[in-house]
Amino acid sequence: MQQLVNGHSLGSIYALLALGYTMVYGIIKLINFAHGDIYMLGAFWGYYVINQLHFNFWLALVSAMLFCALVGVVIEYLAYRPLRNSPRIAALITAIGVSFLLENGMAYMFSSNVRSFPQAMKVHQYHLGSISISNIQILILVVSIALMILLQLIVRRTKMGKAMRGVSVDPDAAQLIGINIDRTISFTFALGSAMAGAAGVMIGLYYNSIDPLMGMTPGIKAFVAAVLDGIGLILGAAIGGFVIGLLETTMQALGFSAFKDAAVYAVLIIILLIRPAGILGKKIKEKV
Amino acid sequence: MKKNLKYNLTWLAIMVVGYVVINLLEFVGVIDQFGENTMVLIGINIILATGLNLIIGFSGQFSLGHAGFMAIGAYVCALITSSISTPMGMAIGMIAGAAVSALVALIVGIPTLRLDGDYLAIATMGVAEIIRIILNNLKITNGPAGLYNIPLLATWPVVYLMVCVTTLIIVNFIHSRDGRAVMSVRENEIASESMGVNTTKWKVLAFVIGAATAAIGGALHANYIQTIAPTDFGIMESINILIIVVLGGIGSITGTFVAAAVLGLLDMILQNFGTLRMVLYSLALILLMVFKPSGLLGTWEFSVRNLFNRFTKSKQKGDA
Repeated sequence: MQQLVNGHSLGSIYALLALGYTMVYGIIKLINFAHGDIYMLGAFWGYYVINQLHFNFWLALVSAMLFCALVGVVIEYLAYRPLRNSPRIAALITAIGVSFLLENGMAYMFSSNVRSFPQAMKVHQYHLGSISISNIQILILVVSIALMILLQLIVRRTKMGKAMRGVSVDPDAAQLIGINIDRTISFTFALGSAMAGAAGVMIGLYYNSIDPLMGMTPGIKAFVAAVLDGIGLILGAAIGGFVIGLLETTMQALGFSAFKDAAVYAVLIIILLIRPAGILGKKIKEKV
Repeated sequence: MKKNLKYNLTWLAIMVVGYVVINLLEFVGVIDQFGENTMVLIGINIILATGLNLIIGFSGQFSLGHAGFMAIGAYVCALITSSISTPMGMAIGMIAGAAVSALVALIVGIPTLRLDGDYLAIATMGVAEIIRIILNNLKITNGPAGLYNIPLLATWPVVYLMVCVTTLIIVNFIHSRDGRAVMSVRENEIASESMGVNTTKWKVLAFVIGAATAAIGGALHANYIQTIAPTDFGIMESINILIIVVLGGIGSITGTFVAAAVLGLLDMILQNFGTLRMVLYSLALILLMVFKPSGLLGTWEFSVRNLFNRFTKSKQKGDA
């Protein structure tokens, strides 16, 4: 039971990251390798504003989201937009390059040491029978679910959301009916990066330590989460995140912590073999 | 056969001349120990990248798991050469490594190559990570500490020879009937299937050959660096090989050679910059991709045949 609680807080972080991957993939079919590093930038932003400017947690969270949204838009504008009509693999390599640049740039400027994240909030442990849950875990769960609902509302109910869905189905047709593709894609990057920024601040608070390379492993796992349920689907990414988080903590609880990453990949491969387009994905019939 | 004899002989001459020239430069002192080190690493990268280029560029299957097969080759060869530390042991090690790696690729490839595009990339990445985690937890591979004191058997001539051998095998495979079948799968899977090409068979075959060359690259890496640990074969290593393939131009073996050399030299020059090195490296990568999205050479291939043809054509023109 205890693992279920831990798994949910870890899973909600993965889910937030996976949402960014899935939205970007859905709209321009690019695996945005730099997404994990935007999450790292969010954590560092939180670190600085709490330490230097003495922001409280909520202010840090919102400012990190805005900062990351801005970074996401700038990266899209400078690195991905010139490559929109070139082969997808070229854009993928550029994304990897951006990821290297962010990691090493941060390591160069702020040294690659591990720093301890400031405690912006007092930790309380609540005990419910045999389960103990901290206020930070509750906070992570509540904030991420709130953000996911907000995202779902934006995509489903607003005009911009409609444009995003339109572009992801057929960019040319969307352009024909007057949707500004560039602006829609920028907006998607902003949304996804904001989610990553929020995840970064929260993971800093939860684990207490941040470093410039922290984004890599969660980034890859979040991508696995996005693929698990069919990439491009927002609900799928959220479920995938929770599944991966739970799987990892369960393996840890069973005493196989050395194999927890292997289990994640093994489950992924098995699921892909049974359902090649993810659990919720629809296999599109190929036309000749 | 006789038609190709001229071209094959030319290639053989180019290889021998290349070897002699490099040895001569080394003898005269133009290439020092540091330069030889760079050349060996470039050679190993060429072997790894040509194998991946066969999978990505020619059969069109996007694999992100090359480092896993490299790890298998490295570990098998390191274990064998640690007990038989002679050049014979090295040969046995490389063959055994390539065989084990090909077997694993066969087992993994048959089910996963049904996937396409990014799903395949992620599945192969998962396979590589699983291989790495297993190596990390086995007793015989010495866990996370890895193997050390591996004999230095991958000297410069060995690496040069293996670069020539693997490239010859892959290039000949591409230019054979089988190679055309593999490329037809890349161009259009449905069309080639309807022409009677067994697409699964050719995809798996390309994957297995690629994995075997990756194992040879890994074996050379292990016996040159002399220490290996599971962390050397993570996702970053797969990505580094992928970068060489894409930068050189997907589907161009010549491009792979050029890109491996350019990146190797870039790395050597940037050694002086310390921590700034990776920042400059990633900037160079982004700029190259933004301004040259199809890679340095695109799909252009250096071919002796074309050179000969052009030569004779210009001569005919001169006669006329």
